[in-house]
Amino acid sequence: MEGHITPTKTYLAVFFALMVCTVLTYYVWTIDLGFFNVVVALGIAVFKASLVVTYFMHVKWSPILSKITVAISVIFLGILLLLTSMDYASRQWVPRNVGWENYPVLK
Amino acid sequence: MTDHSAEVRHHVEELNYLNNGWSWKSWLLTVDHKRIAILYLISITVFFVVGGIFAGLVRLELLTPQSDLLEPETYNKVFTLHGIVMIFFFLIPSVPATLGNFLVPIMIGAKDLAFPKINLLSWYLYVIAGLVGIVGIITGGVETGWTFYTPYSSTYSNGNVVTVAMAAFIAGFSSILTGLNFIVTIHKMRAPGLTWGRLPLFIWAHYATSLIQLLGTPVLAITLVLMMVERAFRVGFFDPALGGDPVLFQHLFWFYSHPAVYIMILPGMGVISEIVTCFSKKSVFGYPFIAGSSLAIAILGFFVWGHHMYVAGQSTYASLVFSLITFAVAVPSAVKVFNWTATMYKGSIRYETPMLYAMGFIGLFTIGGVTGVVCATMGIDLHIHDTYFIVAHFHYVMVGGMVMAFMGGLHFWWPKITGKMYDENWAKLSAALVFVGFNLTFFPQFILGYLGMPRRYAAYPEEFQVLHVLSTAGATVLAAGYLLPAFYFTDSILRGKKAPANPYNAKGLEWQIPSPPPTENFLTTPVVTEEVYAYAEAKEEKALV
Amino acid sequence: MSDAHVATVDQAHAHEAHVAHQFVNARQQYESGNLGMWLFLQTEIMFFGGMFAAYGVYRAWYPEAFKIASTATNVPLGAFNTVVLIVSSLTMALAVQSAQLGKQKRLVWMIILTMLFGAAFLGVKAIEYTEKWHHHHVPGPNFIWEKEGGREVQILYCLYFAMTGMHALHMVIGLGIMTWLLIAALKGRFSPSYYNPVEICGLYWHFVDIVWIFLFPLLYLI
Repeated sequence: MEGHITPTKTYLAVFFALMVCTVLTYYVWTIDLGFFNVVVALGIAVFKASLVVTYFMHVKWSPILSKITVAISVIFLGILLLLTSMDYASRQWVPRNVGWENYPVLK
Repeated sequence: MTDHSAEVRHHVEELNYLNNGWSWKSWLLTVDHKRIAILYLISITVFFVVGGIFAGLVRLELLTPQSDLLEPETYNKVFTLHGIVMIFFFLIPSVPATLGNFLVPIMIGAKDLAFPKINLLSWYLYVIAGLVGIVGIITGGVETGWTFYTPYSSTYSNGNVVTVAMAAFIAGFSSILTGLNFIVTIHKMRAPGLTWGRLPLFIWAHYATSLIQLLGTPVLAITLVLMMVERAFRVGFFDPALGGDPVLFQHLFWFYSHPAVYIMILPGMGVISEIVTCFSKKSVFGYPFIAGSSLAIAILGFFVWGHHMYVAGQSTYASLVFSLITFAVAVPSAVKVFNWTATMYKGSIRYETPMLYAMGFIGLFTIGGVTGVVCATMGIDLHIHDTYFIVAHFHYVMVGGMVMAFMGGLHFWWPKITGKMYDENWAKLSAALVFVGFNLTFFPQFILGYLGMPRRYAAYPEEFQVLHVLSTAGATVLAAGYLLPAFYFTDSILRGKKAPANPYNAKGLEWQIPSPPPTENFLTTPVVTEEVYAYAEAKEEKALV
Repeated sequence: MSDAHVATVDQAHAHEAHVAHQFVNARQQYESGNLGMWLFLQTEIMFFGGMFAAYGVYRAWYPEAFKIASTATNVPLGAFNTVVLIVSSLTMALAVQSAQLGKQKRLVWMIILTMLFGAAFLGVKAIEYTEKWHHHHVPGPNFIWEKEGGREVQILYCLYFAMTGMHALHMVIGLGIMTWLLIAALKGRFSPSYYNPVEICGLYWHFVDIVWIFLFPLLYLI
């Protein structure tokens, strides 16, 4: 099979980038940014994961089908997280008072 | 293909997949997708009977307003096990694991599925799951309802929740592996010339089903694991007493279990597409729309799970969104119904058994689907939630839809699978009994639910008795309808006429090879040059002759 | 592989030794195996996704308690484990490359290194679990939390053990798969024309690494 052969140099570069990101995650954690700690930590994690997927898992050189598969996974994970959080985000909202508590049948 | 068929037929007089080895080992360790389909067919029939017995007990108990035949707790166990067995062990594997396993490789001109050993593994996982489930039933059963809602399942239930949930967990893996196998096979192993636009609709339906199996089932698996851990170690993922949210369990559960109802109907729709076009002797109307609507149902199915939770404490605003998207699912479903009807329009329809089942399917599925829209309306659902209206609705889709389609498909491909014809008259009688019995069983339940009869109760007020008696009477007719095939199919195997390669003059690769097919399906890789469902051309050719 | 070659393989049953009977040729087998693994990883993402959803919900509900709870996790050990896993991912990637290039000895060594790092990860994990056990930070009746918010903190620890436990289970399975791969590599079964199993096992291994990339900040830091 003539699959793409990635040179060792690329692998080492990716590895180095991953290491830097790990140190960066650790460093950012030591300073208090409030909510942005979460955003930065997750942002770096997403970046690291995409590095692994693109280079270590060869998606960059894979057939389009592999890319679609990865995309579908991310999209459906997104659906799960998004639609679940839709409930939790709006659960405390109270519907506008429409006055039905004054209906005689409820009194 | 026609050049080879004579040679193929001659060769197969001696050897086909059925008589290619008689030992136990040749069956239990087979990697032939056709034999695995037979293994599945036998095992799901066993579970259909088990689930049917539980259903019978439920209907018998409901004959009288008092809880007299079964203790209320036993009744709870019986309907729970009816649900679990029928859903996880019959409906989900019914068409994909039997007809799908048998037909997917043949319809696309492949020698086998992409991963034959994984296919066998999936059957073993199914059997292990079944055995674990049976152990769970014998050692106490479970009374949580098939949904395993927390904190009832994790904290309060006295039943054997962990064992039965474990069975559902393992069965899930079996289902995932089947779906994975299908997607790879459909993508990578199509015969030369078999483009996506020429794929039979049966294949499209299975492709869509497999997507759901892959994307949905793992979420159920992890949810059941968390629930079992919570029960076993008294920790709180979902327990409100420990700060958890029981509604989260429902979110995760329905993220799988709503798409799962499409696992239980899409393959049936694929079967119906094949049958309707064959027995109307007409190319299917709106092929791209039927194919696309399968995918649309599969994808939209992941956006609607919240409609099971309108009264569970979910945010009203989230419910509104879920309700709206649920209405949208009705569109692709309706597209299918319209296209089947349009296919039959001006077709030369033959009323043979598979067609009777298919026509039954179209009618019953339409009722089930339209009442689904009713249930999805938030305001109405507050009234009919957890009533017999819901029970009737999903039985119209699951039994009136999927089981009808499964029976229709089984009759349609029975000659191909076994190489024998069955008795047409008995089969027609059975189809009629199933149709009449089904409606008599479940139509009264719509009225019951509308009048306010809640589901999952062993006792009920006396004014509901007439409708319950009607329902039980219908169930008896339905049972007779389901029992008949056991006799005429057995008779067909023992003494049936030998089936020709293509008894219905149907189109498709599976009809071009002998009945039953040889072990390797195709001696030479077929090349597809014809458009899909080219029935019109066939008719013209005949006219010319 | 040229088209002419495909045709000849199709005609006669002159299958290459490692091509299974249901496939027409090596390319079809390679692509099928690869797609199969990707689809499997898709299910894995959804499997862990359920727990991530639960994490998200409870973190939104109890942000303070989660912050307090994460102070009790052993960040140096977690960070060390992150590094160990990334190194193992590198050696795994190099193992695939060795197989592609036909460097048998290097392939074997890379697999062994990957396994060693995997085992090191599990060892550290075991140390952390023991630590938690001694501090009574394992959820259940024995759970003791001296500071405030014990009830909510316990939920984070439920998630901590569920997520890292499920991840560790995947590591153990991964080590099993790597053992099989090592034996096959020692037998010399892989070559530049047949390295699909190495690549597929690699995909799985990298996926497990990715899960940890997310678990480390979520459970230890924020």
